[in-house]
Amino acid sequence: MIKIENLQKHFGPKHILNGVNLEIKNGEVTTIIGGSGTGKSTLIKCIIRLLEPDGGKILVDGKDITHINNEFQLAKLRKNFGYLFQEGALFDSLTVGENVTFGLKYLTDTPKSEYAKIAKEKLALVGLKDIEHLRPSELSGGMKKRVSLARVLATNPKVILYDEPTSGLDPIMSEIISQLILDLKKKLDVTSIVITHDMKSAFEISDTLAMLYEGKVQLAAPKEEFKRTQNPYVKQFIEGSANGPIQMKISN
Amino acid sequence: MFKKTGKFLIFFFTQFGQATEMIKDAFFWFRKSPLEVNQTLQQIVKIGVESVPVILMTGLFVGMVLALQAGNTMQNILSEPLYIGLLVSFSLVRELGPVLTAFVIAGRAGAAVTAEIGTMKVTEQIDALSTLGTNAIRYLVIPRLIAFTVSIPILTIFSDIMGIFGGFIVSVEGLGVPSSTYTNDITTYLGVDDLMHGLIKATVFAFTIGVICCYKGLNTRGGAEGVGKATTGAVVVSMVMILVIDYFLTAILHAFGV
Ligand SMILES: Nc1ncnc2c1ncn2[C@@H]1O[C@H](COP(=O)(O)OP(=O)(O)OP(=O)(O)O)[C@@H](O)[C@H]1O
Ligand SMILES: [Mg+2]
Repeated sequence: MIKIENLQKHFGPKHILNGVNLEIKNGEVTTIIGGSGTGKSTLIKCIIRLLEPDGGKILVDGKDITHINNEFQLAKLRKNFGYLFQEGALFDSLTVGENVTFGLKYLTDTPKSEYAKIAKEKLALVGLKDIEHLRPSELSGGMKKRVSLARVLATNPKVILYDEPTSGLDPIMSEIISQLILDLKKKLDVTSIVITHDMKSAFEISDTLAMLYEGKVQLAAPKEEFKRTQNPYVKQFIEGSANGPIQMKISN
Repeated sequence: MFKKTGKFLIFFFTQFGQATEMIKDAFFWFRKSPLEVNQTLQQIVKIGVESVPVILMTGLFVGMVLALQAGNTMQNILSEPLYIGLLVSFSLVRELGPVLTAFVIAGRAGAAVTAEIGTMKVTEQIDALSTLGTNAIRYLVIPRLIAFTVSIPILTIFSDIMGIFGGFIVSVEGLGVPSSTYTNDITTYLGVDDLMHGLIKATVFAFTIGVICCYKGLNTRGGAEGVGKATTGAVVVSMVMILVIDYFLTAILHAFGV
């Protein structure tokens, strides 16, 4: 279980996270929604400790990881985690195949002879075939995203943090990825934290949803409860209405 | 004015401190983790091997112009082009070989290193390394530091040889110095300690360029514009530092009689 208590994070004077509380249960899919720039990516980067929080606590299976700075301990923590970057973050000096199998060398004992097979297998999971020899610069945006997901899946992490797994994908591909996330949960008991703007996918895959607004979790609840909530912020967001308590700042 | 100077000094020492921290990390991971052999070899090719042509060219022409200047000066003072081999080889081996090679490599390979690492930084590839079980120091910095430190001294030797050869051509063909005089100048006066002097410098310059360029890359911020800034910054700081270190290192090496 991942427990986040009163988490604070600021960049200079900008307070992005201002007291986030959230519990993520093992083997569940927890979805985080919220407006653009509210700090969703920042939050999951704190969980995998690409960022160090400025206050509060993060407990992973009871262990306080908020301020560990020892590279070995961090590596140990990250070993069980997979992280899908919002922009893919593929290594552009390597081929697709090398990208997908990159983590195997460092995180597993898989012999080199199996890399090709694993690359093929994981790419197939995200609907890609015969592109191992291409460079990331030769791929479309959606393909990059899926290759990046294949790279995450290659090392069989126990916890996967997805930063917008379906953004930039067509509706059918989005559905395939949503099913994949569910499959991983059912078959391999993977814990997932998913950031998404795709409400259809969110309600399809989530056990729990949480909405981030103004540095705090407005509401975190099981799916059915979340759907029926009367919380005006959440309601407005789910319905995608321009009128409500959330006033997007649009300069004119 | 005071405020500005103070700010600059704080900025300078913070960066210096952070760069030192990076060197410490590099040594730590160098001992604790297996070397990325493939990466290191690739970088030696990119930084070293691919720089050979430009180093040969610059070395040749620097030797030629040195011979020309020395020859003309000697002609004016002593009415005879004396000691050209001596002047050319000493200036090259002790001073110009290492400094020019370091300059050329800073501009050619150093800039590329900062741009590559900087781009990786702003596109989160550096973070991706950390999530995939390695890190930027192990995967990027150590191979590049090794490649710079191995390549630049060797390139310096190439540059020295080409320079001495260029000086030879100008002296013998242009100034009418007997070829045996030119070579005798070199074999009589130039010693192993001169070569050592030059190579120690080259090695220190190499490590300095590596550290500055990797550090600037890893601390890039702000998209494509940031990458551009980091790259120019890395080259300028490298060149200035080479000259500053050159002065102090020369003084130190002299004190030790090298
Ligand atoms: N490294 C950084 N330095 C300074 N500010 C940052 C940094 N990273 C993020 N921010 C700021 O923090 C805020 C939250 O960013 P974050 O990427 O977490 O948003 P997000 O919720 O993921 O948005 P989106 O849905 O658009 O991806 C933004 O206002 C952003 O400008
Ligand atoms: Mg984001």
